[in-house]
Amino acid sequence: MGRSRSDLLIFIAKRLVLLVPVVLGVMTITFVFTHMAVPNPCAVWSGPKATQKTIDLCIANNHLDQPLPNQYAIYLTNLFSGNWQTSSLDGLPVLSRILETFPETLELVLAALFMMVVIGIPLGVIAASNSGRWPDHLVRTLYLSGWATPTYLAGVVLSIAVGPLFGLPRSGAFSSQPDFPTPFHMSVLDAIVNLNPGATLDAIAHLILPASALAFVNLGIATRMTRGSMLEVLPMDYVKTAKIKGLSDFWVLYKHALRNSLISTTTVLGLTAGSLLSTTVVIEEIFAWPGIGAYAFRAITKYDFSGTIGVVIFFAIGVVVANMVADILYGLLDPRVEWR
Amino acid sequence: MKEAAGTKPGVPRARGSSGRRRLSTLRAESRGLLRVMRANPLTLVGFVLVVLISLTALLLVVVPAATDAILGHPVSLLPYDPEALLPCPVQGNRTLCFQPPSAEHFFGTDLVGRDVFSLVLAALPLDLAIGFGVAGFGLLVGGSLGLVAGFWDQPRTVGGGVSTVILRVTDVFLAFPSLVLALAIAAALGRGTTQSILALLFTWWPYYVRLTRGEVLAVKHQPYVVAARAAGVSEWRILSRHVLRNILEPLVVYFTMDVGTVIVVFSTISFVGIGVPANVPEWGALIQSYQDYLVLYPWVVAFPGLAIFVTVLAFSLLGDGLRDILDPRSRRVLSQAVGSSHAGVAAPSEA
Repeated sequence: MGRSRSDLLIFIAKRLVLLVPVVLGVMTITFVFTHMAVPNPCAVWSGPKATQKTIDLCIANNHLDQPLPNQYAIYLTNLFSGNWQTSSLDGLPVLSRILETFPETLELVLAALFMMVVIGIPLGVIAASNSGRWPDHLVRTLYLSGWATPTYLAGVVLSIAVGPLFGLPRSGAFSSQPDFPTPFHMSVLDAIVNLNPGATLDAIAHLILPASALAFVNLGIATRMTRGSMLEVLPMDYVKTAKIKGLSDFWVLYKHALRNSLISTTTVLGLTAGSLLSTTVVIEEIFAWPGIGAYAFRAITKYDFSGTIGVVIFFAIGVVVANMVADILYGLLDPRVEWR
Repeated sequence: MKEAAGTKPGVPRARGSSGRRRLSTLRAESRGLLRVMRANPLTLVGFVLVVLISLTALLLVVVPAATDAILGHPVSLLPYDPEALLPCPVQGNRTLCFQPPSAEHFFGTDLVGRDVFSLVLAALPLDLAIGFGVAGFGLLVGGSLGLVAGFWDQPRTVGGGVSTVILRVTDVFLAFPSLVLALAIAAALGRGTTQSILALLFTWWPYYVRLTRGEVLAVKHQPYVVAARAAGVSEWRILSRHVLRNILEPLVVYFTMDVGTVIVVFSTISFVGIGVPANVPEWGALIQSYQDYLVLYPWVVAFPGLAIFVTVLAFSLLGDGLRDILDPRSRRVLSQAVGSSHAGVAAPSEA
């Protein structure tokens, strides 16, 4: 095993093969808890006023009268053939709604990651270079405050108290329904592609509050990782050499030390990206962001089972893929890593 | 095993002296801990807060129960009954609900005149118990599975097979984002406190498997484990005395921070409206029911929010500080501070 291109390809292929049992497992567990925990979902779906006839029809339509193994087979066949059922809320096919809403969430997560990097990493450097003194304590308090703030609390406070203070929009991705095509389903990107500066600024303004809420809550991930790896790098000989050469503190910290400590920070951020996708569930609902989180929220709280199954499986695949990407990223950044 | 019996006579003597040594080590270590805590005041703040919060929660449960048993009627520590709708004072033709915080109502009152301070306090035992309970369950179940998966991982053995099964199942569970899975299960089970606890229990153990297994793998090939095995110490004893002892620290750190995380996720389930029923005071549920009044009557959201914030921050400060204290790099500083006493912990039975 080495670091040639073919080694990388084998590594990726192996990871993709490992993905199969995980995805199958995820589908099975989702099947078990939706079919075991709720004895008669049709009664729930059809509402309290439903007649026995509607319920019977629903049972027949969803094959709930069949034995469990048969139901499982039907369920798997549907998932693999791309038939993720239609949502009981809006009657739209689940898979296409997921694929439409997902890019919006990705945009939100990328904006939050950007904030975490731009604010969190310098904070980590400051904390590490002042380790044990008051700036370190201050930074620690800040990121642990984010950690200790429930996402929904940050969302509610930003939306109701902070947003109006700065005149920032706090609902949706645009002020008005965009009159241009949105091929990417990413508000800022779509506005830029349509060469519409007004809409671009509007989209960015709409992004600020939900992205800040997400970034504040997860600030600790970037900051703590940077601080930790900086503390490992700072006593190393090459950093001392750089200092002795007479380079300024700024240059030594940000050019020499930070470069090496960024490897682990990047990996952790990659790993986080997968879980951030699902952290958006509550944030998107509060800010009426048209992403997969809000879709998941509605599906879960309104007992839309096909929607719930769809987003849970989609999120799980997202986490697995993000983990794989983080692994690959780590290997690309650190020349000492061998693919195996 | 025969050779092992030959070395047995030495063991009780070593154990006796190590017992005494352990006591002095413990004393030295706690002195060192205190010194490190003083150097890192935030850890001390976290520690004090965790103790205070836990004591308050304990008193809130114990005192009414004890007085009920002794006096025949429960004496509540809450200034007001959290369920009681206090009459809102009337001024002219307006009723003044939403009284701001005052000496009478520390956290003010809400839209039906309930005392917010009493509500927030009443929610404390439930939230804290769930934090400890769910994280503790994860530590116990996930930790045991991780121990098994890490310790008996030789391929083509029964243990190896069991380990593989454990790891594969864990991988599947780890792929679920825990918040979404907990929300989905809580919704599927229906609204209720027990249901949301079940949802959390179901989703909370996998990370402990991975963490514990990783630590076990790092420890099990250490020379002192190999030496113990060569000396004929039984596998169970190696597992409990040599491996478990040495992986406890990262587990404790993670557990401490995890208590806070569980509280946040549990309150999120309630905030979303699929957690505790409407009549159970819970921080997330309180914030949810009051969020529309944030600008006009900020105290009704601020104080339940502050309660979660302070509780979770306390556990995070303590856990984060413990991590630094237990980390080998800062530990070196610690053991320099307390002399070489640390060497005695890892090797309790030199002949």
